[in-house]
Amino acid sequence: MSEILPVAAIKNGTVIDHIAPGQALRIIHLLSLENSQYKVTIGLSLPSKSMGKKDLIKIENRVLTDVEANEVVVFSPSATINVIQDFEVGEKVKTRLPTAMKKVFICPNPVCITHTEMIPSYFYISEERKQIKLSCHYCEKLYDRDQLRVNI
Amino acid sequence: MSATTLTRCDMSSNSLYQRSVISANDIKLNDLELIFQVAHAFKKAPAGKVLNNKIVANCFFEPSTRTRLSFETAAIRLGAKVIGFANGEDISVQKGETLYDTMRVVSAYADLIVLRHPAEGAAALAKEAARCPVINAGDGANQHPTQAILDLFTIQECQGQIDGLSIALVGDLKYGRTIHSFTQLCSLFDVRLYLVSPEMLALPESVCNVMKKRGVRFSFHQNLEEVIPKVDILYSTRIQQERFSSAEYQLVRNQFILTPALLAKAKANMKVLHPLPRVNEITKDVDDTPYAYYFQQAANAVPVRQALLSLMLSESGQ
Repeated sequence: MSEILPVAAIKNGTVIDHIAPGQALRIIHLLSLENSQYKVTIGLSLPSKSMGKKDLIKIENRVLTDVEANEVVVFSPSATINVIQDFEVGEKVKTRLPTAMKKVFICPNPVCITHTEMIPSYFYISEERKQIKLSCHYCEKLYDRDQLRVNI
Repeated sequence: MSATTLTRCDMSSNSLYQRSVISANDIKLNDLELIFQVAHAFKKAPAGKVLNNKIVANCFFEPSTRTRLSFETAAIRLGAKVIGFANGEDISVQKGETLYDTMRVVSAYADLIVLRHPAEGAAALAKEAARCPVINAGDGANQHPTQAILDLFTIQECQGQIDGLSIALVGDLKYGRTIHSFTQLCSLFDVRLYLVSPEMLALPESVCNVMKKRGVRFSFHQNLEEVIPKVDILYSTRIQQERFSSAEYQLVRNQFILTPALLAKAKANMKVLHPLPRVNEITKDVDDTPYAYYFQQAANAVPVRQALLSLMLSESGQ
């Protein structure tokens, strides 16, 4: 079996690598890539020496904003984001966990006011024992990241 | 010292002026100390009409007796006028108006909004919409910060202090919004909590995590008798029938009924609190024991809410 990953290189754009397995599709939604003009390559459950398994996303001709890059970390703190220029790594994007995120997640609490009023969700973000936790600004409930659905 | 004088002398550091009270998490120790001082003064002396030209809007989308009437009484005693509604059935919400719009409009009529609403987070949204301060008078099972403030005021009053006390919280610790706010305010003090509830009504993990982080000592119990001799305050709460099927309710409703016999081993200084209404969790004959303090607690709602209204609406206290 070949050790070469079956994922094509891109000339210019962004590679998000070392994504925690299972998170790539949520990041695709986060970046609104599912219906965008950009060519996107997605790798799911690829073999990884450091992680066992990982997901990977390559986006041609698109560079993430700082806010977008930081929001990717919420889905996968292990993710690395590199800007590709002429097939080479041009820049390793430095990221940090954002303190809050608006609109992205849906509050799982069925009686949260965000479900009855058409207002964007707002979550405070923290990390506890390597787990990403999100606290709803409105109903104050605390959740593990994977308990929350992404607003599509 | 009269209420007005005390209010005036503390106004240089009135941290509550034009501020909303939405969550117990927003309340700091110095806020509480200020509220307690002013409430204590209001209890001792008749209130001046410090809010003579102010209008308070009581917006209650859910039924309430004590909270609504005590806010109304507090406002009237301070000279304010009260507008509002006692349920959500007769207002434009029934025509499809959003809470955001309702709060935005009411804030153009009133100087302060007191809001009770069944949705969790409603008060936080109201604060964003309103152009005046908002008091959360209960948002679903989330928060009821002013009840927690008056509970702690009552504890300070009957025990002379809060630090160093052992407090048992008994009953529905899962859905009781008062309990959630109360435990958060307890983290400002050195208290030891005994959490007594049926397993299915235990304090939510998220609330326990906050207490752990803030260093509050607590333990879980299912036997009320073993806890009573250890505590200075026994805070009983109603098991909320509306949360259960009738079979489940029958299982839990009679688990923690406080009787004079159970209180035989209580400390002499121990006091029983309850946010009321009670159903059967405290028998009527407990009322005649020296431990009962829940009616004084309910009466304290007025001076504590007077203190909140005057501090939020009057920078100078005059």
